[in-house]
Amino acid sequence: MKFVKLGAAVLVTFVIIAGIAIPTSSSPSSLFQFPVIPGLEERARNIFFHVPTAWTTCLAFLVSMFFGIRYLRTKNIEYDIWSVSSASLGFLFCFLATVTGSVWAKFNWGSFWNWDPRETSIFVLLLIYGAYFALRSSLEVEETRAKLSAVYSIVAGLTSPFFIFVMPRIMSGLHPGAKGDSGGSTPVAQLHMPPNMLTVFLLSLLGFSLLFVWMLNVRVRLAKLEYQQSTHHA
Amino acid sequence: MNDILVRAENISRTFNRRTIFSEISFSVSAPGSISITGKNGAGKSTLAKIIAGVLSASKGEIIYELDGKKIDDERRKAHIGFVSPYLNLYDEFSAMENLFLLLRIRASRNQFSGKIEPLLRRFNLWERREDAVRAYSTGMKQRLKYVFALAHSPSVLILDEPTTNLDNDGIKVVKEVVREQKRTSLLIVATNDSAEAAWCEKSIQL
Amino acid sequence: MFEAVFANLTMMSFSTATYALIEKDVRSELRTRYALNALLMFVVTAVSTILFALRSDNPSVELLSGMYWVVIFFTAMSGLSRIFVSEEERGTVLVLQLIASPSVVYFGKLLFNSALTLVLTTAVTVLYMLFFPGFLIKSYDILFCTVLFGSLGFAASATIIAAIIAKAGARGTLYPVLSFPILIPLLMTVMTATARALAGEPLSNAIGELQVLVGYLLVMVAGSFLLFDYVWKD
Repeated sequence: MKFVKLGAAVLVTFVIIAGIAIPTSSSPSSLFQFPVIPGLEERARNIFFHVPTAWTTCLAFLVSMFFGIRYLRTKNIEYDIWSVSSASLGFLFCFLATVTGSVWAKFNWGSFWNWDPRETSIFVLLLIYGAYFALRSSLEVEETRAKLSAVYSIVAGLTSPFFIFVMPRIMSGLHPGAKGDSGGSTPVAQLHMPPNMLTVFLLSLLGFSLLFVWMLNVRVRLAKLEYQQSTHHA
Repeated sequence: MNDILVRAENISRTFNRRTIFSEISFSVSAPGSISITGKNGAGKSTLAKIIAGVLSASKGEIIYELDGKKIDDERRKAHIGFVSPYLNLYDEFSAMENLFLLLRIRASRNQFSGKIEPLLRRFNLWERREDAVRAYSTGMKQRLKYVFALAHSPSVLILDEPTTNLDNDGIKVVKEVVREQKRTSLLIVATNDSAEAAWCEKSIQL
Repeated sequence: MFEAVFANLTMMSFSTATYALIEKDVRSELRTRYALNALLMFVVTAVSTILFALRSDNPSVELLSGMYWVVIFFTAMSGLSRIFVSEEERGTVLVLQLIASPSVVYFGKLLFNSALTLVLTTAVTVLYMLFFPGFLIKSYDILFCTVLFGSLGFAASATIIAAIIAKAGARGTLYPVLSFPILIPLLMTVMTATARALAGEPLSNAIGELQVLVGYLLVMVAGSFLLFDYVWKD
């Protein structure tokens, strides 16, 4: 975990510095110049921060669902602690992805919200996280709470293919990969990035993932301590 | 024929980290009987529900064996009769509707529909068989639960607080039922009443 | 996995039991009119509210098909949870747990809810045809398939969520909160398909939407069926 923590710190620091400080140039000549992408210009830098938060949101959801399934199989309350800790981090990253995306959309597409398929999907993910916590707070018995929230997260997870694969192709949208995109409509947007941008971008994905793993670890340790401290409330 | 055996292996149950009971083990085979006794809140009803298969144990396992072979969860439903204060029948239906519908949901109407009339007569409900259960007194509802529990000739009869709300006539009938059950098959009684606990040969104290 | 569950029951007794459970629910419903009267009155109320709001306008087909499914969504949310909540409130859950296998309960309740949803969508369709001059169905084949598969998919989600909230407090408010995110892919698809039916497009244009609806239905039924055991047994 020490390496995860260190890796996350180094990578995220690097990405923040590189992503913001490397200048753009209309004819990039060295490794330390990003090309100017018409229509995006300086705003292209958001890809280093927005996409990784959205990625981490999905990762957190999958992790939460994974531990939900393990809870259902083993009835070990520890897995529920993992599941809920991951979900609460997912909620945080989901909020960050929504905000970074929305602010960016205002300056690039002209309004904060356009209901494009990916915006809709992240909105639904916010709703799912909200519903998940609303469900948890209305269940008083610990075992029932763990069990039903695991079931709910799996049911919600079942609908995710419809958002990732189906919706972007049916609805037209603004994100890359949506129907009408010149690069073709694909579930995951194809990356047409120069090598140096791509490197920063991929390091950012890795850095945010490590950050998530470290935060999850801290959160779970804290939650376990709280769990042991709290007296049962029957 | 009714060579049935019920075995509990290290049953524990917790609610919100409060341990209701832990490491309960017993074994009882037909013909025979066992009582579950203990203070209020000791988990008599909880254990009865776990044995009846409507509540899962936190740890441990309840095993049913018929002629030495394990019966799986689905098939054991046909062998269990359960009477409990927590059990309610559908009060918008009459006694007859309840009993026939429930036998059909068990998918065993043809086999057992002949038993309903004698049981209703025995528990003195035959005259009121077409009345909605809503209009029944609590004692009559309790009698009807016995008819429901016995209609499919269960080889394991589980009674939780068997004589609640019953008048003397009702208690008399229940005692007869109990006597027959433990002579031929299996009886499990969860109770506070030492007289009722004495119906059974074996006993577990929670 | 499915075979393992069914192996314990012969197909014959499974269908007998499921049929008997549905008959029990239908007879109970006809006697008490818990859900049906409330649902139909809710439909009338909602449709007339929309009529007041739009009385002088000539709404577009997109708006009309949106409003059509909004009415169906909220009406369904007011009534479809009864199927499990009423068993839980009256303490009859124990009876069903004693006599029926979880798969019988799941399919019985699913089919009952499906029938109820179909009655509901039919009622809403008739009212819309009568009172909205703009609601002219030009492609009956699209509308028929959309309403059929849409209603069934709707009932599938509504049933598993109803089973979950029956165990929770604050049931009434929680039901739409938990159901909405799960239903969004379905709602977006049926709204698009209904607009196509009103615009008079040929069936071939709606194939994509219908595939999504059938896929959604299958995923939801299979997933709920596997998860139902966990929800049903305390």
